[in-house]
Amino acid sequence: MPAAPTPGSRLRLTALLAPPLLWLTLAYLGSLAILLLSAFWATDSFTSDVVHTWNTDNFHELLTTPVYRTIALRTLSIAAAVTVVDALLALPMAFFMARVAGGRWRRPLLVAVLTPLWAGYLVKAYAWRVMLGEDGVVGAALAPFGLHGPGYGTTAVVIVLAYLWLPYMILPVYAALERLPERMLEASADLGAGAWRTLRSVVLPAVRPAVLAGSVFTFSLSLGDYLTVQIVGGKTQLLGNVIASQVTLDLPMAAALSAVPVVLIVCYLAAVRRAGALDSL
Amino acid sequence: MRISRTARVVLGCITAAGLAIVYVPLLLVLLNSVNTDRSFGWPPSGLTGRWWRAALHSEGARQALLTSLKAGLAATAIALVLGTLAAYAVHRHRFFGRRTVSFLLVLPIALPGIVSGIALNAAFRTVLDPIGIGFGLFTVVVGHATFCVVIVFNNIGARLRRIAPSLAEASADLGARPWQTFRYVTFPAMRSALFAGGLLAFALSFDEIVVTTFTAGPGTRTLPIWIYENLARPHQAPVVNVVAALLILASVIPVYIAQRLSSDTAGGRL
Repeated sequence: MPAAPTPGSRLRLTALLAPPLLWLTLAYLGSLAILLLSAFWATDSFTSDVVHTWNTDNFHELLTTPVYRTIALRTLSIAAAVTVVDALLALPMAFFMARVAGGRWRRPLLVAVLTPLWAGYLVKAYAWRVMLGEDGVVGAALAPFGLHGPGYGTTAVVIVLAYLWLPYMILPVYAALERLPERMLEASADLGAGAWRTLRSVVLPAVRPAVLAGSVFTFSLSLGDYLTVQIVGGKTQLLGNVIASQVTLDLPMAAALSAVPVVLIVCYLAAVRRAGALDSL
Repeated sequence: MRISRTARVVLGCITAAGLAIVYVPLLLVLLNSVNTDRSFGWPPSGLTGRWWRAALHSEGARQALLTSLKAGLAATAIALVLGTLAAYAVHRHRFFGRRTVSFLLVLPIALPGIVSGIALNAAFRTVLDPIGIGFGLFTVVVGHATFCVVIVFNNIGARLRRIAPSLAEASADLGARPWQTFRYVTFPAMRSALFAGGLLAFALSFDEIVVTTFTAGPGTRTLPIWIYENLARPHQAPVVNVVAALLILASVIPVYIAQRLSSDTAGGRL
C-alpha cells in the first residue's frame, strides 16, 4: 500500500508529478485546447486563411449536413466491426496459447503473435494492397472455388484494420487468461460445471476487462485511421480522411470534425473505465 | 477445466490459421523484394538481388532511417524520464486525482492519431512558429514523446506493483536515504522494465506516421514518411519493397531482446 502522506513525501510527490504533468499540459492538453478553440473560428473562402471570429457555424454545418452523419456512422460501424472481428479471433487464439498449448509452446506462440507488431503499419497495409489487388494472392487463392476477392473497398478496410490491430487485442486477453488461477477452474469443475459452463461463468467474466482494454485500441485506432482507407479503401471515406483533407483547406472545420471521434472515444473510455478495463491496459 | 480433445484440436486449428493469415502478407513482402517484376503480380516472374543492391545505395532511404533513429531515441529518452516519474507518483503515493493522472496519460494514445496530429500542428503553428521555432525534428520529437510516455508509465507501473514496498521500507529502516534506496534497491528491480518500456516506446515512435505527418516540416522525413511518399512512385517501388522487407526482418530483433530480457513484456504492456 502507498505510504500515508507526510510533509516529506508530499514534497517528493510534487517533484515526481510536476514534470510529466507539465509536459502533458503544455504539449498535449494545450494543443487539444487550441484545436477546440480553432473549431469556433472561420475560414476565408478565398484565401483559405483562418479568420479569428468567434462563431459556431462549423458545428452547425457538422450537425446539419447529411454527408457528415453518413461518414460518422460508417466510421463508427467499421470501428465496431473491426473490434468484434478482433475479439472473435483473439479469444480462441489467446485461450489456446495460454491454456491449451504446453508450457514449451507458450513462449514461441507469443513471439509469433508479437513479431508482426514491429513490422510497421505501412508495410502491412501495403502488403494487403498487394494481396487484394487485381492479380493478388487472395484472388488467386479464391479463383479455384469460383469466388472473387473483396477488392478495394469497405470490406478490405475492415480486414486490413482487423489484421493490423489484432495483436493489441490478443496481448491483454492472453495476459488475463494466463493470470487466471487454475484453482478457479478446478473449483468450477468440482462444483459440477462442464467446460462450457466454466467458460461462460468463470473464464469470460475474467477476460472481459482485458477484451475491453484491447477494444480501446482496436476501436480508437480504427476510428481515426485514414491511411489504410487510402491504401485499400477504394472510394471509401472515413472521418479520418475527411479531417485530413480539410486540414490544409479549412482548419476550423477539420477541428470541428475531430471533435466527433474525440467525443466518441472519451465516452467509450469513460464506459470501459467503469468496467475496470483501463487498469489492464 | 477439462478441455475435450475436439476442442483442443479446433482451438489449435484456429490459432494456426490465424498465424498463417498473419504471416502470409509479410512473406509476400519478402518475396516481392526479390521479384524481377517492378510491379507485383502473382506468381512472381523470377528472382533477383538487384533491388537489394539498389536500396542499399538509396540516399533518401538512408537519410530517412537516420532521422527516424534520432527522433525515436530522443522521444524515448524523454518518455523514460517522464514515464518513470509519473509511474512512481501514481504507484507509490496516494493523492487526490490519482486516477485522473493515469487517465490523462493514456489520452495521447487513446485519441486517434489524426486528432493528436492536427492538435499539435495547430498548437505549433500558433505558439512555436511566431517565436521562431519552425517545424522540424524538434516538433516531431515533442509529438512522439507525448504518446511514448504512457508506454513507459505502463511498463514501470506494472513492475512497481510487483516490487513489494516493504523492500524500500526495509532499506529506509536500515538507514538508507531515499536516493540510496532508489539506486541500490528500486532501480535494479525495475531495470528490465525500463528497458522493455524504452524498447516499446522506440518502436512506437519508429512506426508512427500520422502524428509525424502533421508535426514534421517539409524537410524532415522519417522512414514511414519516406515509404509513404515513395509508395506512389512506380520507379521507386522496388526500393520501397526492399525497405519494407528489411523492416520485417529487423522486427525479429526487438522481440528477441524483449523476450530474453523479461517475462514481463509478455503481459502486453502496450
